[in-house]
Amino acid sequence: MNISEKLYRRRRLRNAAALALSGCATVFGLFWLLWILWTTLVNGAHALNPALFTHSTPPPGESGGLANALFGSLLISALALAIGAPIGVLAGTWLAEYARRGRLGEFIRFLNDILLSAPSIVLGLFVYALVVKPAGHFSAFAGALALALIVLPIVVRTCDEMLQLVPNAMREAALSLGVPQWKVTVQILWRSARPGIVTGILLALARISGETAPLLFTALNNQYWTAKLDAPMASVPVAIFQFAMSPYEDWHALAWAGALVVTVFVLLLSLAARWYLRRAHVAHD
Amino acid sequence: MNASIAITTTPSRSNGDRAFRWLVGGCAALVALALLGAALSMAWGGREAFATFGWKFLISTDWDAVNHRFGALVPVIGTLVTALIAMLIAVPVSFGIALFLTEVAPAWLRAPVASAIELLAGIPSIIYGMWGLFVFAPFMAAHVDPWIDAHLGSLPAIGIFFSGPPLGLGMLTAGIVLAIMVIPFISSVMREVFLTVPARLKESAYALGSTTWEVAWHIVLPYTRQAVIGGVFLGLGRALGETMAVTFVLGNAHQLTASLLMPGNSIAAVIANEFTEADSELYRSSLIALGFLLFVVTFAVLVVARLMLRQMERKQGRA
Repeated sequence: MNISEKLYRRRRLRNAAALALSGCATVFGLFWLLWILWTTLVNGAHALNPALFTHSTPPPGESGGLANALFGSLLISALALAIGAPIGVLAGTWLAEYARRGRLGEFIRFLNDILLSAPSIVLGLFVYALVVKPAGHFSAFAGALALALIVLPIVVRTCDEMLQLVPNAMREAALSLGVPQWKVTVQILWRSARPGIVTGILLALARISGETAPLLFTALNNQYWTAKLDAPMASVPVAIFQFAMSPYEDWHALAWAGALVVTVFVLLLSLAARWYLRRAHVAHD
Repeated sequence: MNASIAITTTPSRSNGDRAFRWLVGGCAALVALALLGAALSMAWGGREAFATFGWKFLISTDWDAVNHRFGALVPVIGTLVTALIAMLIAVPVSFGIALFLTEVAPAWLRAPVASAIELLAGIPSIIYGMWGLFVFAPFMAAHVDPWIDAHLGSLPAIGIFFSGPPLGLGMLTAGIVLAIMVIPFISSVMREVFLTVPARLKESAYALGSTTWEVAWHIVLPYTRQAVIGGVFLGLGRALGETMAVTFVLGNAHQLTASLLMPGNSIAAVIANEFTEADSELYRSSLIALGFLLFVVTFAVLVVARLMLRQMERKQGRA
């Protein structure tokens, strides 16, 4: 009697302790999020001014902005999406429509999952060996290619998953009308999976807009405004890296301003992606 | 029969189908080619270093650009130690978060907290790095490092791991920043698989008088074990390959010390810091060889992760 009561109490205590700890773990996780966001917001807001968007990156000791880096980031990211997204959609289509089951499809899906979480610096080294070294110079195009390798697996995966969700009745209905399979895919399946695919592309954009490591030795950096794709080009993450590692106070301020811009952009993008997907779902029902 | 008739009567249609099939198949092959190409190009780029130093490359602590002697041991150990610290912190915390979000928290709290934790995963790693360098490292130097040095540094046997000057930058700081980065990845995998445990299993255990903790430990965790291990390895792969956050807070020092408070180096950080400054072919080749080692290790870890997660998916498919 006494023993069982003791045991019961010990079990209840252990339960309470475990649940309290799980609550603490969650608070612990949220605590860092708030701390990091707060730091970025405060330091970035101090350094935020119109010159950020109108002036190019300054030499040490002078004031300036990040206009060339912002432009470079936009250009490189757009190019990366232009290369990575179409290939990703097509490859995802192959997985979902032609290789849904079977060894080869499983194998490619497996490799894609690994590419999805491969270290981005390794992809940068790959593009260095592939493009930069043969060409003999760093280039914005190489940077875009490195980022495209990050875009590719994200888009492949979402496209594959979204196409698998399209009901088979839709394929059968279209095929029974005599529509060729490629037309069924392009005009019916892609259209009905579009919200999911667009979300995947938006998430890929969010991922690459803060990506630094693969740009370090592909697009490199550039102090001046340039739109030449075969020359080194500045980007916001690389500029942040350069400025934050420097000993100059006003460069630190610029780095924080850049960090704030990137963070806000990434967070808004992922919120927009979620909102878009949810809205599309509601519309379907 | 019917299919072959259709093809012979409308050749243009079948040509379009065939071309489309080749197009999408070719794009899928590009995925495999990208991964294969990355591996081969790094093995090729690092061949000079491997040929010059042989197996000694793996066990040498040299890193001397002037005399052209390079070894991988310091960055390899730095990578492993920081990732290990990160996992020691991140795994229990992630389990706690997943448990809280699936079994403990009231329903209205679950979705917003889960999204907030996932926001952590979306923050670019360079932001973690800046925060680590300007905010967290000074905090460690002022408050945490001195305490560790004073209280743990004098212990017998394990003291050498915890003694050192309060620099703020070092293995411990890098490990903690990495832990913060991988917590959202591991906890979201755990949360998702915890949600897939059949309600009847849990309810049976509750009906026998189990506490919530006992259900989590004896029912939920065994049922999801493979996926949980997969999620942990996914986080480990991320921690091993993470570059920017570590580069900022590791201190970039080529030295081998037992103390976690001392600055060190990691594979990714060495490459990020020194690649564009490498002034000789051998130097550059050594850095690419380091990249190859990183690729091989993360590849192995990620293969384990994906196999585990896949087995769980199969189990679900059958259930």
